[in-house]
Amino acid sequence: MPQWIRACATGDVEEEDLIRFDHGGATYAIYHSPEGRFYATAGLCTHENVHLCDGLVMGHLIECPKHNGQFDYRTGAAKRAPVCVDLRTYPVKVDGSDVFIEVP
Amino acid sequence: MARREYSLLGPDGARAVETGLAAAEWYHTDVPRKVMKELMQRSDQPAIRDTILLYGCMVGFAAGGIALWGTWWCVPFWLAYGVLYGSASDSRWHECGHGTAFKTAWMNNAVYEIASFMIMRNSATWRWSHARHHTDTYIVGRDPEIAIMRPPAFVKLIGSFFGIPEVIDFFPRMIRNSLSGPTAEERTFVPQSEWGKVQRVALIYTAIYAATLAAAIGMQSILPLMVVGLPRIYGAWHHVMTGVLQHGGLADNVIDHRLNSRTVYMNPVSRFVYWNMNYHVEHHMFPMVPYHALPRLHEAIKHDLPAPNRSIVEAFAEMWPALRRQLAYEDYFLRRDLPAGAKPYREDFHRAALGDMPDALPAE
Repeated sequence: MPQWIRACATGDVEEEDLIRFDHGGATYAIYHSPEGRFYATAGLCTHENVHLCDGLVMGHLIECPKHNGQFDYRTGAAKRAPVCVDLRTYPVKVDGSDVFIEVP
Repeated sequence: MARREYSLLGPDGARAVETGLAAAEWYHTDVPRKVMKELMQRSDQPAIRDTILLYGCMVGFAAGGIALWGTWWCVPFWLAYGVLYGSASDSRWHECGHGTAFKTAWMNNAVYEIASFMIMRNSATWRWSHARHHTDTYIVGRDPEIAIMRPPAFVKLIGSFFGIPEVIDFFPRMIRNSLSGPTAEERTFVPQSEWGKVQRVALIYTAIYAATLAAAIGMQSILPLMVVGLPRIYGAWHHVMTGVLQHGGLADNVIDHRLNSRTVYMNPVSRFVYWNMNYHVEHHMFPMVPYHALPRLHEAIKHDLPAPNRSIVEAFAEMWPALRRQLAYEDYFLRRDLPAGAKPYREDFHRAALGDMPDALPAE
């Protein structure tokens, strides 16, 4: 049953950056876009299971820190080799100064 | 330890997967996120400047070589052109393959394709091979880019300074790729979705070399081949000289880049040709940092790394005896001291993965 979980405070993630969030044995990435919106994806790259939290956010792209593969974190779409498989995304809502993600 | 089996289809690779040595989590020096974000920032300007300089020099040197063809005065022009074609293309292939040289994607891709052709690497295949090199750096049976295997093959190594084994490997492979796509080994690291691209790239390369050869036959001169193809042989020496220092004589089957990679201070010309890949520990530890930021990354983390070699000569003086010793004792490697205050080598990581084999990590 999906449930909304508090992932972080809005101030925990700088604009055009991300942080790691672990919950229930899974790892997620929480993004703060340049226009101030929040997004969430799976925390590991689909190529080699590397944590994306050490990667670089450029606009709406997250680049994996190991092999420089890129995803659009808004849709999870794989954008640059060596990633071929899209990243799973999760619904996000902001309530006051808290960021929630809906996890399965 | 048993003799190493470097085939990607062999038992060493399978064992690395079984033990967790493959695709493992590697050691990283702690760098504050704010500093790392600043170091990772992309910019077009340095690479545009360097690319204009590179291609401008190549055009100038080739023009000089052609104009003076038939006299001894053409020799220095071809030697300079050769290094830019047969060696600088290696570093451009590398950095643009990572996508870090330029900020703009199409610029990375354009230079990557040109450089791949010049260095005689199928651009589709080698993008994936290098990804594996970063996942499993010098993990035997997993890394397809191990330059010096054990025991070292010195004849092959010396031949590489003239591009001989690589060229001998390249052309039959190009024809095979043209006819039937990636080989069985290549299919272990190139995803199936890219197999068609491997074949298309090979066909384009074949067409260009056929046209160059036809021009040479038509002109009754090797001059066209001096411009396209042969510089991969007569200009290869610089990228081999710098490239073998990256990992030569150091550890394999470890998951700490401080043990298997080498940083060497180099002169400005070599650094231009090599695009700062002399900061090789830094590059492997943080592959997202562009080449132009590597000197700053080096300053930020050198307190945690073995002391760099102070010159190419010093690095060879360190590496060469180690390679010679590996002829008799394959497991030997250089284990360099860390500075006071550095985090110790986490040998327990790879010892556990290797089954705690007592002779897997012999002391220096």
